Amino acid sequence: MIPVLKVIAPGFHTTIQDEGRRGFQHVGVPVSGALDRNGYLLSNALVGNAPGAACLEIIGTGPELEVVGASVRVALIGSAGGGLEIAGRDDAFVGSGRTVRLARGEIARVRLGGDAFCSYLAIEAGFDVPLCLNSRSTYTRARFGGFSGRPLQGGDMLHGFADDAASREEVTFSAPRDLALDQPIRVVLGPQDDYFTALAIEELLQGSYIISPASDRMGFRLAGPELEHKSDYNIVSDSIVGGSIQVPGSKLPIILMADAQTTGGYPKIATVISADLPVLAVRGGGRTVRFQAVSREDAERISRAEHQRLTKMIQDIRPESSKGISLEALYHQNLIDGVVDAKV
Amino acid sequence: MTGMDDFRILKAADSALVFEFGTAIDRKISDRVLGLAEILNNAGLPGATEIVATFRSLCVNYDSLKTTGAELEQAIVALMKGAGTSSQIRRLWEIPVCYDPEFAPDIEEVATRVGLSVAEVAALHAGTQYHVYMIGFVPGYPYMGDLPKQLRLPRRRDPRTRVPPGSLAIATSLTAVYPYESPGGWHLIGTSPVRFFDPDSANGSLLGPGDSVKFRSVAAGEFSRICRAVERDEYEPESREIAT
Repeated sequence: MIPVLKVIAPGFHTTIQDEGRRGFQHVGVPVSGALDRNGYLLSNALVGNAPGAACLEIIGTGPELEVVGASVRVALIGSAGGGLEIAGRDDAFVGSGRTVRLARGEIARVRLGGDAFCSYLAIEAGFDVPLCLNSRSTYTRARFGGFSGRPLQGGDMLHGFADDAASREEVTFSAPRDLALDQPIRVVLGPQDDYFTALAIEELLQGSYIISPASDRMGFRLAGPELEHKSDYNIVSDSIVGGSIQVPGSKLPIILMADAQTTGGYPKIATVISADLPVLAVRGGGRTVRFQAVSREDAERISRAEHQRLTKMIQDIRPESSKGISLEALYHQNLIDGVVDAKV
Repeated sequence: MTGMDDFRILKAADSALVFEFGTAIDRKISDRVLGLAEILNNAGLPGATEIVATFRSLCVNYDSLKTTGAELEQAIVALMKGAGTSSQIRRLWEIPVCYDPEFAPDIEEVATRVGLSVAEVAALHAGTQYHVYMIGFVPGYPYMGDLPKQLRLPRRRDPRTRVPPGSLAIATSLTAVYPYESPGGWHLIGTSPVRFFDPDSANGSLLGPGDSVKFRSVAAGEFSRICRAVERDEYEPESREIAT
């Protein structure tokens, strides 16, 4: 165990997450893992980690971290305006979507910016916490996995798999990530759409919903048009998947997320397609969601296209100095300086 | 949804297929669900990531980058046609539980409502062998049945916000043990000293869907002794394999 970062301040809800815990849903263990799988993948790709490495998922406010290893390379993925504030440096702000190497004693404050509900901080070689049921993801409800099964607290010592990060040119993306905050969330109707009136299906697809501030890693509660059940709103419990849209007696939908329980007794009117789960996850309380129905075959096509797009984005990671305008760099520069710098 | 013989195939977008065999909690339906789970787990279907058995349906999670729902449906339906009825090896557990009112906050009320004595409620509950229909709600929470008809009550009108771990509970035709402190609306008629979920063990959960369970009534003294042994990691409840 190699100490890498010490938690000076934990932020609102910072947990260790990876790709999730597969293979235990049949004994009631949720998948957990990063809510925004794309943000998680991109943060790891930037620092050169193999898929599966554990990183920090940050919700609400960012942590403040002190480097205790010789050096560590980190990358934040989240809002375009987010980044790391490094105390004592001339170029104190390193925007999200790029790597930076921090030396022992340096303190980085994670600033989230306002766009993304969840952000990801990856370190080169990944965070080292014990595997629990084959995963490093934190499941706070049952207090296992990740860092002692809980969100980070001040004073925690985070361990990694390397004490030092080799000096090399830092990297960034060729184009900034689009959070697609206005994109309709695509769903496939069912598995229990037959429990709802035709009007309810229409309301779901035509209406506009606001994500409630009471939303968390278990589920996003939505406020908007009520969805009428044909008769009963209880079913004999069956399985839940990430993106299941269940409608309890309140008639208001709840989209079940990474930490949702594995079974449930309310009918599920529709299911968010896998490609749009990250799109949904980055929208937090107060943001709007509209739904659009697609076929399962469409969902599978979109999933493959989305995978290709992400693969391309990762292939196109380039050294900071290479030619081409970095829109993201331009954006951050403007945020810091408050002026448009035409020389960038 | 595809109508086919006497089951339905439902869609959970491009994440999972749901094979639904009925709408009720029923031992015959459960056996079909668990039988299919076994067939699919043995077949090792390409692209299938996780198979989850519940009361009346089997959820087959898949990776839409590795297979398609249509392909998987075909493969599974073909496997179902080829499969005969095979006897399955299941595990029968004997779980100690203390039914003393001190450990069973609702047992006196339950006894009054069903017109039996506390001792009769305990004897009836412990005298029945239960089938684990599924695990859900929280990690390791076993939904078991069927409860003797005399003991069936609807859920409590006022659910508790905190049910202590180890609580043995009943509601409708089911019985369960809470592995974690959690909210709960079932009647608490005992406490088990056994650890039903241990994230540091290989499988996590003591019980699995399809297991059988018998409860053994223990006095407060034995309860405390087992509790201490569990804390030292020196206790495992007795179990043996049975053919069903």
